[in-house]
Amino acid sequence: MIKTIVSTELPVDEQFRIKKNVLQNGKGGLRFCVVTGTHGDELEGQMVCYELAKLVGEELNMLNGTLEIYPALNPLGIDTIQRGIPNFDLDMNRIFPGDPHGTMAEQTANAIIEDIKGADMVIDIHSSNLYLRETPQVRINVQNEDSLVPYAKLLGMDFVWVHDAATVLEATLAHTLNTNGTPCLVVEMGVGQRINHKMCRRLVGGILNLMQSMGMWSDRKMPDITPPLICKGNQVSFLNAETSGVFLTELKCGVEVDKGETIGLIVDPLKGKVLSTVTSPQRGYLFTIRAYPIVYEGSLMARIYNYEEI
Amino acid sequence: MRIETIFEMTSPYRDKFRISGYKFGSGEKTLAIVGAMRGDEVQQQYICSQIVKRLTVLEQCGDITEGKCILVIPSCNPFSMNVSRRFWAMDNTDINRMFPGYDQGETTQRIAAAIFNTLIEYKYGIQLASFYVPGNFVPHVRMLRTGYEDIDTACLFGMKFVTTCEPRPFDTTLLNYNWQLWNTKAFSVYAGQTDQIDIENSETTIDAILRMMSRTKIIHHKSIAIDYRSIIADEGELQHIKAGHAGILYRVQRVGSRVVPGDTIAHIIHPYNGQILEEVKATTEGIIFFAHHRPVVLQNALLFMIYSI
Ligand SMILES: [Zn+2]
Repeated sequence: MIKTIVSTELPVDEQFRIKKNVLQNGKGGLRFCVVTGTHGDELEGQMVCYELAKLVGEELNMLNGTLEIYPALNPLGIDTIQRGIPNFDLDMNRIFPGDPHGTMAEQTANAIIEDIKGADMVIDIHSSNLYLRETPQVRINVQNEDSLVPYAKLLGMDFVWVHDAATVLEATLAHTLNTNGTPCLVVEMGVGQRINHKMCRRLVGGILNLMQSMGMWSDRKMPDITPPLICKGNQVSFLNAETSGVFLTELKCGVEVDKGETIGLIVDPLKGKVLSTVTSPQRGYLFTIRAYPIVYEGSLMARIYNYEEI
Repeated sequence: MRIETIFEMTSPYRDKFRISGYKFGSGEKTLAIVGAMRGDEVQQQYICSQIVKRLTVLEQCGDITEGKCILVIPSCNPFSMNVSRRFWAMDNTDINRMFPGYDQGETTQRIAAAIFNTLIEYKYGIQLASFYVPGNFVPHVRMLRTGYEDIDTACLFGMKFVTTCEPRPFDTTLLNYNWQLWNTKAFSVYAGQTDQIDIENSETTIDAILRMMSRTKIIHHKSIAIDYRSIIADEGELQHIKAGHAGILYRVQRVGSRVVPGDTIAHIIHPYNGQILEEVKATTEGIIFFAHHRPVVLQNALLFMIYSI
């Protein structure tokens, strides 16, 4: 059943709506939410929602409980190919829990939280941005490590990053839900504005696997789930550009790199010169690689999980 | 006056990115003034340029107090202004939400770190800021409530209003917030406008900044402009008036107008048939402190903030 959770007027002959698909079956009282599209330039979640809605819709008898799918928390951002909300300064994922008396964006954020809270599990799907390509991973705030890592292991992603707490991240959808007792896992994968089919299908399998473990899904032929690498915030090296230029790399993310291995080159197309050679500071697992080639000093080019130091 | 380069960075396809500071006087780092941080903050940059002009004359006349040093950074972001973008063009990040910065981090974190490093030792700090909601304000001094905010000094500007605001998580990366935490008496000055130069509000703001500098004995200057005994208000106490409908917004009352309950302050007009969908009325007696300024509005958009009397 399609439900509208937010509906307001736009200036000229148009209604703004945020919708969800509610799939319900059986006597189970658990509620599982899949949300995405907070950042309008991240599209992997669209395929995950489609596959999940189709599959569960067709095999509704295997569902025990309620599955709610929210494909677009920021529909105007998706429509205008922008990360944020049109005509609004702040990242939508920095304004939760919103404010019923605030701006339209803050009211929307508030309505979203009110609708989701109380769920037994929430998966918030992101896909990096235009600039970076990410290995399929779950991100967990260190404050929720104990309660969430066991669930994250069931999602079939390659990597779980338990990152440090930051005040500015207290206003994310996931943090707001987690601090209010609604467990929420953040998934990051792929790159902005594109859909990687293989990754999406893996996540669909992982979500069903997690639902199965919660007693919400019963299917005898479930995919094999291999346990992910689990990494703490202080074991990650960030490689930022030393100089501005064009970053060229042959690497894909999700590979092991050696200490001193070349990650890429920053070059000057005018003079035909290499400006900087980017090398790995240690042996480790490359889980983020730059996808957008133009860099300024400081632009992030790669993230490496240093598993040597464990 | 001395010009210093605060930050410099090469760019793949453009000139070097530079942030320049103008220094006046010498000795104790007393006051730093920061102008445009975003590419559309033209009013803010214009005001800084005028302050540089006034300080140049004051310095020539020996009217900067002995042992006091003043720094003015007219723009922290010339690159964005040159290509008409509000934020950093490459990744759309906001330098003003990157403080205290990180010199090993992303580009705008590095820019923020360089600016912050230059600014932290100053006793007083003024940022000419713009708001995250589009609109016009009564020119005022604003401070985030950090426990370090100095309302008494804020009143020395003699602006109509001094406001405080409870910081939300997304405010903890602003310059004003971090500047206060690092022991500078930091004030954000809102000059009414952002992407247009409004001469009247600019003059008011420039006079207020010079008045504050003279009252804190940084300069010798006699102000002849209007000097208010500031109304001190917390933003949480302001009356918020929202749009009941979306449509074309026609403002009847201006920022700064005094209103009584029942006064019509705006009309929301149907975009096709011209009928008035809503007469927006004041619900309290007071002064219009903030007004939405786009010609079209969304339903439930914040239209006005009114300071109740
Ligand atoms: Zn995202």
